[in-house]
Amino acid sequence: MQSVISIKNLSKTYADGFQALKDVSLEIEDSEILALLGPNGAGKTTLISIVCGLVNPSSGSVEVSGHDIISDYRAARELIGLVPQELTTDAFQTVWQTVSFTRGLFGKPAKPSYIEKILRDLSLWDKKDNILMTLSGGMKRRVLIAKALSHEPRILFLDEPTAGVDVELRKDMWDVVRGLRASGVTIILTTHYIEEAEQMADRIGIINKGELVLVAQKAELMRKLGQKQLALHLREPLERLPGGLDDYELELSSDGRELTYLYSTQGKRTGVRGLLSALQGAGVEFKDLDTKQRSLEDIFVTLVKEQS
Amino acid sequence: MNLQGVKAIYRFEMERTWRTIFQSVVSPVVSTSLYFVVFGSAIGSRIKEIDGISYGAFIVPGLIMLSLLTQSTANASFGIYFPKFTGTIYELLSAPISYFEIVLGYVGAAASKSIILGLIILATANLFVTIEIAHPIWMLTFLVLTSVTFSLFGFIIGVWADGFEQLQIVPLLVVTPLAFLGGSFYSINMLPEFWQKVTLFNPVVYLISGFRWSFYGVADVGVGVSLAMIALFLSLCLGIVWWIFRTGYKLKP
Repeated sequence: MQSVISIKNLSKTYADGFQALKDVSLEIEDSEILALLGPNGAGKTTLISIVCGLVNPSSGSVEVSGHDIISDYRAARELIGLVPQELTTDAFQTVWQTVSFTRGLFGKPAKPSYIEKILRDLSLWDKKDNILMTLSGGMKRRVLIAKALSHEPRILFLDEPTAGVDVELRKDMWDVVRGLRASGVTIILTTHYIEEAEQMADRIGIINKGELVLVAQKAELMRKLGQKQLALHLREPLERLPGGLDDYELELSSDGRELTYLYSTQGKRTGVRGLLSALQGAGVEFKDLDTKQRSLEDIFVTLVKEQS
Repeated sequence: MNLQGVKAIYRFEMERTWRTIFQSVVSPVVSTSLYFVVFGSAIGSRIKEIDGISYGAFIVPGLIMLSLLTQSTANASFGIYFPKFTGTIYELLSAPISYFEIVLGYVGAAASKSIILGLIILATANLFVTIEIAHPIWMLTFLVLTSVTFSLFGFIIGVWADGFEQLQIVPLLVVTPLAFLGGSFYSINMLPEFWQKVTLFNPVVYLISGFRWSFYGVADVGVGVSLAMIALFLSLCLGIVWWIFRTGYKLKP
């Protein structure tokens, strides 16, 4: 795979001394969807802001399709569309005006047929003459996406695109993203939600405290991380695990009343059925059971531990 | 050169003028007419002539200058402050557009508005008194140079301002007093000698004097000095704008 964005040893320290990025290097491949995961303040937005030209890097370099983002910023920026995290729109323009404005700002001559297509795809066509200030939050989010697409970018950055967004918009948005990907657009999105990354991304990068902890193919990562936990609440406390259950690597709680079993949802077999019949065979009875997805936070803890 | 980008900014700013036509054009015309009626008739009935020009006609260049200075500053500062305030500045910074082109769009639009406004005020004044323009080319030169210079000045204020109060304070507390004290309504030769000297530190004196010379051929200070002062102030503003973009001051952390 050819890389479309090449980030080398990028660091950023803000004027107040806060170090938002520490020596980040990352190759983003052509036509992939890369999800950047990380808690608030991890440096995701700073990374995007540097690539897009909103923040000056302290050191390191970024190339977009071989164009340096500083010395050759025009060529680099022409290729990029950015949907910011905050709902920042002008107040008094119409939807049509603001989307056309962005296209002009990016140096492209007017092309009403293309703007119409974007607005239709994003279910904004019937709002095209509405004043921005009168739109709901969800509609503004759509407008921001339309603006970012107005100049036909080859790379699209979506910074927390689904924060505070309803189900319908999320669905529309992912349809648009899939369509863009199919047409060869590279997409970089940041998110808090692992399910989102799981659904959409080809690769996942994890940022924590300004460091890129890990970048991996989604399938690989999900195998590692996409585990569920089954908890069995026993009728009678056990002193120790009965024989014949060794294969399942069960964990017995200290009071002997709860058994936990970790399994992967990605594998062909979860082993849950086998476990339950093995328990029956061993005469262990349970009164209740529940399953729990490992949260992003658990995954972080694991990863950060692994890393150090 | 991203001409489409410059055009987009310019159009955006001009559309803002049409949206706020009352605030942008009608209100300066009304207030100028009021100055004209009040100063022209109240004082004009006592002062017949200054340098051989009727008082009513004498104040016209000063009135135009007063509006040019305050409106250029206010328009250009608001134009760049508002995207900073709403956050839409991210678009400008992420677009393939140079700083020079951004300034060209914003300052070009603000200066255009001021020039149009100046001409409207001139036409309005023409309804009250007969105005001759001795040096029309120089008149337009002063009009354009002043509009551009003070639009640049406004752009700087807009980048610097952290709130609406700071945005207002410079046009209200600096530009307006300097324009009033710079001989909009009188010739500085009418002042006591000491105040004449003090007034020479007011940069606006040179603008008004030069502009008035282009109308009537009379001036408080030499025309060359007036032009030099505008050129100096223009280069100063250009230098500051260049520095703002080079360092990313208040725009780009």
